[in-house]
Amino acid sequence: MDNSISVRDLCKRFDGFTLDNVSFQVPKGRIVGFIGENGAGKSTTINLILNELKKDGGAVEILGRDHTDPAVRSDVGVVFDACNFPEVFTARDVAKIFSGIYPAWDGGLFQEYLKRFSLPERQRIKSYSKGMKMKLAIAGALSHRPKLLILDEATAGLDPVIRDEILDILLDFIQDEDHAVFFSSHITSDIQKIADYVVLIHQGRIIFEEEKDVLLDQYGILRCGKGTEVEPEDVIVRRETSVSTEYLVRDRRAAGKKYPKAVADPASLEDIMLFYIKGEETCEE
Amino acid sequence: MTNAPKASIVYLTNQYIQYKRHAWRRVPGSQERRENPIKILISNSSGKPIYEQICQQIKSQIMDGTLAAGDALPSMRALARDLHISVITVQRAYEDLTRDGFIETVSGKGSFVAAQNREFIREEQLRIAEELLQRAAEIGRAHGISLERLTGILALFYEEGD
Repeated sequence: MDNSISVRDLCKRFDGFTLDNVSFQVPKGRIVGFIGENGAGKSTTINLILNELKKDGGAVEILGRDHTDPAVRSDVGVVFDACNFPEVFTARDVAKIFSGIYPAWDGGLFQEYLKRFSLPERQRIKSYSKGMKMKLAIAGALSHRPKLLILDEATAGLDPVIRDEILDILLDFIQDEDHAVFFSSHITSDIQKIADYVVLIHQGRIIFEEEKDVLLDQYGILRCGKGTEVEPEDVIVRRETSVSTEYLVRDRRAAGKKYPKAVADPASLEDIMLFYIKGEETCEE
Repeated sequence: MTNAPKASIVYLTNQYIQYKRHAWRRVPGSQERRENPIKILISNSSGKPIYEQICQQIKSQIMDGTLAAGDALPSMRALARDLHISVITVQRAYEDLTRDGFIETVSGKGSFVAAQNREFIREEQLRIAEELLQRAAEIGRAHGISLERLTGILALFYEEGD
C-alpha cells in the first residue's frame, strides 16, 4: 500500500454540475496540492472522499481501506476553510468534545499545540482572530495523531505570515514518512511552496496530475509575434493577446531552441492554471 | 496527568538527539564534536533546476574539503522542510550524489559523505574538461578563431561561475 488516498473514476451529478470520472493518487509521505478555480469541484471531491457526500460512481481508498469503512476516520485529520466550532466554546471545550469522538485523542499533544500556536485555552473562540481559529482547527485535527491530513482551503483569507506558519506545520507533519497531506487551495503560491505533486481540476474534470518540479522546471511560456508558426505538437495550450501569441509548452528549453525568435520563460503554477482554464485548447490532453 | 511532564521531557530529549545527529559530527578518533558546516543556498531565478543546485553545492563542499568522509547529511525530509522545497527534489539530488559516489545512504540511518579519493575524482573531471577543451580548440583552428579569443572566453566563463 503506497497510496494514502487513491481515487478512481469518482462521479457525482448535481443539477448543473457534474464531477466527471475523477482519478488521482496521494502517495504516502507526500504533499499533494489540489488546485482549481472556485466551483471547479475541489470541495465536492473532498466531501466525496470523506464520505460526507454520497458518490454516484467510482471507488475511493483511504490508507488501503474503502472510505466508507468507519474505522478510517480515526486515521484522518480534516481542516475546512472555516473554523466550525461554536463561537462560545473555549479550546478546552473543543478538547473535551474531541476526546469523546476520537479514541486516540492525545490531550497532552493538544496542549503542546496550543502552546506552540500561542492559543489561550480559556478564551472563547469568538475572540480569536481568523488565523487563530484556523490554527485551533489544525491543532484539533492533529491531536488524534492522524496519518493523513486533508485540508480544504485552509489558508484562504489568512495573511502571508500565518499562511507560512501553517505551511511549516504541514512540513513538520510530513517528517514522518507514513504521513500524507492532501491540500486544496486556490492560492497557488502556497501549493507552489510545499507540494510534491499538483492536481488541477476544472469543471469537474482532472486536467492534470503532475510532479511540481516538472511543472516548474520544464514547463514554460513561449511568447511569439503574430504570424510565427509553432507546430501544434509542441504546444499544450494557446492564448492570443492583441500583440502576440502565447503558448504553454511542456519543455521550455527545447522550445526556446527550436523557435529562436520567440521568448521562452518559466511558468509559475498560477500561469499554468490560468493557461489551462482560460486558454484555448489546441491539442488533446 | 501526573505522567505528562515526564513524557514531554522524553519527547524533547528525543528531538534534541535528532537535531544533534544532523548538526554535529564526531571527529574520527576523538570525542570532540564540531558543527556540520553544510551550507546550501537555493536561487529560484538562476534557471538551474533546484536539485542540480543542491547537487552541485554539496559536491563542491566535498571537493574543497568542507565536508569530510563520514559527515552526516541532513535527512531528506528535514532538508526539504528547511529549504521549503519538495521532498522529491531533495530525493533526486541525493540519488544523483549517490550515483556519482559522493554520498552513501544507509537505510534507517541516513546519508553520509562517502569515503573517496578526492584526487581521483579531480583527475576524472579534468579528463572530461580536457576533452571539451580539445573540441573547442578544434573548432577554433578550423574557423580561424584565435587562441587569445578562446582563452578569454574560458576565463570569462570560469569567473562567472563564482
